[in-house]
Amino acid sequence: CLSLLSESDDGNFILQGTQVKDVVIKPEAPNTLLLDKHADYIAAYGSKKDDYEYTLSEYLRMSGIYWGLTVMDLMGQLSRMNREEIIEFIKSCQHDCGGISASTGHDPHLLYTLSAVQILSLYDSINVIDVDKVVDYVKGLQQEDGSFAGDKWGEIDTRFSFCAVATLALLGKLDVINMDKAVGFVLSCMNFDGGFGCRPGSESHAGQIYCCTGFLSITGQLHQVNADLLGWWLCERQLPSGGLNGRPEKLPDVCYSWWVLASLKIIGRIHWIDKAKLRSFILACQDEETGGFADRPGDMVDPFHTLFGVAGLSLLGDEQIKPVNPVFCMPEDVLQRIGLQPDLLN
Amino acid sequence: MHSKRLKKIEPKQFYNLMCLFFYFRDRKEWADLEPVPQDDGPNPVVKIAYSEKFTDVFDMFRALLKNDEKSERAFALTAEAIELNAANYTVWHYRRVLLQALDKDLREEMKYITAIIEDQPKNYQVWHHRRMVVEWLNDPSEELQFVAEILSQDAKNYHAWQHRQWVMQEYKLWDGELEYVEELLEEDVRNNSAWNQRHFVISHTSGYSDSAILEREVQYTLKQIKKAPHNESAWNYLNGILQDGGLSSYPGLLEQVTELQDTCSSPYLTAFLVDLYEDALETNSSSYDQQETLNKALELCKLLAEEKDTIRREYWNYVSRSLQNTYGSGDPVASSSDPPPPSSSQQPDTEPSDP
Repeated sequence: CLSLLSESDDGNFILQGTQVKDVVIKPEAPNTLLLDKHADYIAAYGSKKDDYEYTLSEYLRMSGIYWGLTVMDLMGQLSRMNREEIIEFIKSCQHDCGGISASTGHDPHLLYTLSAVQILSLYDSINVIDVDKVVDYVKGLQQEDGSFAGDKWGEIDTRFSFCAVATLALLGKLDVINMDKAVGFVLSCMNFDGGFGCRPGSESHAGQIYCCTGFLSITGQLHQVNADLLGWWLCERQLPSGGLNGRPEKLPDVCYSWWVLASLKIIGRIHWIDKAKLRSFILACQDEETGGFADRPGDMVDPFHTLFGVAGLSLLGDEQIKPVNPVFCMPEDVLQRIGLQPDLLN
Repeated sequence: MHSKRLKKIEPKQFYNLMCLFFYFRDRKEWADLEPVPQDDGPNPVVKIAYSEKFTDVFDMFRALLKNDEKSERAFALTAEAIELNAANYTVWHYRRVLLQALDKDLREEMKYITAIIEDQPKNYQVWHHRRMVVEWLNDPSEELQFVAEILSQDAKNYHAWQHRQWVMQEYKLWDGELEYVEELLEEDVRNNSAWNQRHFVISHTSGYSDSAILEREVQYTLKQIKKAPHNESAWNYLNGILQDGGLSSYPGLLEQVTELQDTCSSPYLTAFLVDLYEDALETNSSSYDQQETLNKALELCKLLAEEKDTIRREYWNYVSRSLQNTYGSGDPVASSSDPPPPSSSQQPDTEPSDP
């Protein structure tokens, strides 16, 4: 029904009349997995020195490296990345307080502390940084009510609760925080629809739900989740195109293939998604020319969406990709080496 | 050939780079400072070539940080740096340090952050900065109006809603919010953020335990559903507020919802009926014939799985099985639509690879 199609502001087709906000996958969209192209894309990323977007994203460089390395490892291509240089870079980013910054000369933050610890775990080189100081830094960010600030400036968000416990779990030091209060705070962010937001009362959002279910998995508290209710809310994210959105009435985005799917895996309900339709949406987000994945078909690619597209496909069972852990978004074999097996619901 | 779209590049930033710019390194008032080039460590991960202006501003910024300089020129530079990259959280930190060290006029800072947020409303740093200034001033008087303005550009801006909720809770500014939420729902009855806010306001003020309030909310929600039946948020809200009391025992609810079936049918309505029947079964309600209720629920699950909501057939088959196993009189159901056996936590479900 071409008359039902119109073009949205961002160049995607949307369906009119059905009142469902969604994209339409064009017939010529990619439908096979182009792993080699993605590996080439990531391997070359950042070597394009005058790329403006690369420059602008310096403030999140540590996470950018984590995204790149993780997706390369999932594709069995980690050896193409420069391990020594990256390790030196991370060493230069640890501050006196123990926290780690996104890049040299930037301030420390919990987000980049987690990314750094994840990278060093991938490389089995955690001791190149002062681990005890990292633990102190994380512990010091816990607030009276159990929540975690992102840094000394005090922004509170359940993302940071996740970053804190994930970091400490990777370091084997979960016991240093006030666990009961930390759990209490996250549970206070559970909403009437079974989802979680960034602070108590905040709207349920798939990204926050991933952080909270991941948190509850690491802390052994998944039984506190209403798995059927949350699972239903999560599988409702799937739109007719097969893609997933992050909350009701929003467009699909390939990164939700991770936030939603991993959450469903954690609570044992991943089979509630139509896997074939999701897979075709994810594949359609590839760029056949440049490699990499974009947020939705036809847009510009970036490493963030590339990781989550590939990780989503791994969760869906693609055998060309290594199994990925749904809590940490790291290869399962790395976590096995560390000896971390966070709970998942059946 | 479909065109690819750049996203997240602000037109203003491109324009700035292309304009003539008097580099800081050439300004005599800055001559005493040695710019510090970017250093990614002993062996740089990648060589980064910045645009000229970007390099100039950030090299100078690093010099100031290195010297821990707290001066007016440093303060002015943070504005330049923010204009080039408002997501750089280190610059915002430094600006706050300077605001305090130099005892800057916070009212001016409010004007500044207002302009920045209007330009880039989907950035964590700018909203956190605003919150800090509001806290320092202890003055929330502009906040609700400001957030309403931002929401008028994008009524679902997640950062804006967080800020709004923080202001309301911190300063106890609940008056008029329900009216505001209703205005937003008039404009877009599918605005999930507004429905969430409705729940937030009522939870923190009257609560839902008063039956008059609950009835008001039920009727309001049903009215919105009649306007736009295919509305997940409204149905989620209805379900959410009635969960405690139980769907099946709420007076008149089944009748009202059933009435909507002809004109306002949607998978959500059908799903709601399934939930209602399930509640009747669970509470062993005497107002419902248990067997008939089970049959109706199973029928609806089948309708959803096979026709109305096929993309979620696995969910509906699960609900069906659960109902059968819990409330059915026969043996537990084993059907071909069983999910794959629970996999171990280490392995994903296997799937056929590309055709």
